[in-house]
Amino acid sequence: MGILEVKGINKRFGGLQALGDVNLSVEENTTHAIIGPNGAGKSTLLNVLVGKLIPDSGSVMFDGQSVLGRKPHEINQMGISRVFQTPEIFTDLSVLENVMIPCFAKRDGSFRMHAIESVFAEKGIKAQAEAILDDVNMLERQDMIASSLSRGDKRRLEMAMCLVQDPRLLLLDEPTAGMARADTENTINLLKEIRQKRGITMAIIEHDMNVVFSLAERITVLAQGTPLVEDTPDNIKGHPKVREAYLGEAQV
Amino acid sequence: MLGLEKKDFRLLLIVVALTMLAPFILNPFPEGSDMAQFNAGYPDLMQRFVIFGILAIGFNILFGLTGYLSFGHAAFLGVGSYAAVWMFKLLSMNVIPAILLSVVIAGVFALIIGYVSLRRSGIYFSILTLAFAQMSYALAYSVLTPLTGGETGLQPKPGDPRILDRALEPGETATPGLFGLFDMRDSLELTVGNWVFTFNAGYYFAAVIMIIAFYMSIRIFRSPFGMMLRAIKSNQTRMSYTGLNARPYTLAAFVISGMYAGLAGGLLVSMDPQAGAERMFWTASGEIVLMTILGGAGTLIGPVLGAGFIKYFENIVSKINKTTLEGWFYWLPDGLEDLVITVIYPFVGKGWHLTLGLLFMLVVIFLPGGLVQGGQKIAAAFTRKKPDDAKSSATEPAE
Repeated sequence: MGILEVKGINKRFGGLQALGDVNLSVEENTTHAIIGPNGAGKSTLLNVLVGKLIPDSGSVMFDGQSVLGRKPHEINQMGISRVFQTPEIFTDLSVLENVMIPCFAKRDGSFRMHAIESVFAEKGIKAQAEAILDDVNMLERQDMIASSLSRGDKRRLEMAMCLVQDPRLLLLDEPTAGMARADTENTINLLKEIRQKRGITMAIIEHDMNVVFSLAERITVLAQGTPLVEDTPDNIKGHPKVREAYLGEAQV
Repeated sequence: MLGLEKKDFRLLLIVVALTMLAPFILNPFPEGSDMAQFNAGYPDLMQRFVIFGILAIGFNILFGLTGYLSFGHAAFLGVGSYAAVWMFKLLSMNVIPAILLSVVIAGVFALIIGYVSLRRSGIYFSILTLAFAQMSYALAYSVLTPLTGGETGLQPKPGDPRILDRALEPGETATPGLFGLFDMRDSLELTVGNWVFTFNAGYYFAAVIMIIAFYMSIRIFRSPFGMMLRAIKSNQTRMSYTGLNARPYTLAAFVISGMYAGLAGGLLVSMDPQAGAERMFWTASGEIVLMTILGGAGTLIGPVLGAGFIKYFENIVSKINKTTLEGWFYWLPDGLEDLVITVIYPFVGKGWHLTLGLLFMLVVIFLPGGLVQGGQKIAAAFTRKKPDDAKSSATEPAE
């Protein structure tokens, strides 16, 4: 029984069957990649997992609890964090504030009226935020306004914002999309480190086969809204059905 | 100090000093001189400075921090005014219960309007608040006449029960006061040479409340709550995927800023006990937006500056008439004098809106951070040695 159990998900947009009977099981303490050609339904599936879309039928269980019908912030409070294709950070705030906000969310829940005490009296929160910035090598940039960071640093910051919450499941939506080679390598290393050091379960949606095969421990191949196969990376590489549907055009 | 960072405490001290010394600062010109009409140190105008300052400080908590542009804030001002007058009519002319009721009623009103309006963001939120405010105005003007006095407005009258004082005799009028200690219209005049300085009880009462309101707003700006509000302005998607529910945060900010507006409304009628529906008209809401943007939205002191600036124009520039202009330019040759007066005339007197509009355009185009940004630029020009400092303070959103 995995930490995330997706059963029989169907989602239609008008005449288009975006997801057809999707089953997926993400085991705790693994990196699970979801791959597939364009239009395979990867992003739709991810949006279902985080509560942005409600499927027509099926169930999504996270640690024995259904996530369907919950709002994104409730799902996050259950322990699922999400990294976006384009980093979503608080661009007008300083790097340190960006990381302090998830610390508050973790400690105080989705709403708390603490309007009188000063942010800087919160020593514990600040120490926590600084520790995670140190982990991603951004401590010396803590006073910068987040919008002035480079693309790669924005990604690191977003990652730090997710990690500081100690999520039970980290969802990554094409974490290296549009990145230069060096940035991609950095991101892969960062993710490997997170995986080894913190043992966080990860589900990755990715186009780049290099990234997928360097990180994933299990791979699900999605084609036309339906899972084709689920297996280890080595078996996926040689699988004829997968070659036909996807890898044939990517030339791995 | 007082739970504030050093820089903020210094700012608070400056505001305290400026408001306490305002009767001197605003009266720089001797009585009877040509420039005396630029003096703003008379009670009525000074009261307006601080009361509209409170209004703008409160509006800034909503607009400056969360970016939600309410276009109906005058409704809360109006509701606060009506609530306070009712307190004068029913209870006593003491301002304390009146102001408390203003704040509470405005808060409840803001909770209802905010609950509905905050279902949308951006332009739709603005339109919803505008619609609510115009509905309130229309109701106050017509249907709710028994409660609001309709066209004639609401004021204390002989025959009101006034259970803590006594009913007024026919022909008698009452002015609001503080526990019978002093009347809001009490004034002391100090004559030094040709200068006359007026110290008005109502002004000082309102000024103390403004300082408290300003202090509260600094605390809110620097609190985790204030940081969440800035996060909402910055990125709502990340906000919800960080496990935070933006709705109650924005609603709390809306209610707090509505309560500030109610406080301002209560103070307005404490100075002059009559309330009319025109206080809720959409132009009044627009004026609040102008004040905040002109001064610098999202900055601590900006809204107060903006409020002072607009009220100064409304009361001083609007008083300049053709005779005044002739007095200024009498020394020019005849033809030239007429030409200069013809050119300037549309911008003063009843045309003060034109001047204000042009200034507003200049500020928005060249100083998007408002007057505060202008001040920072001037300060930076004088301290070129440390360009890093100037840069960091210019990018700090909650300066």
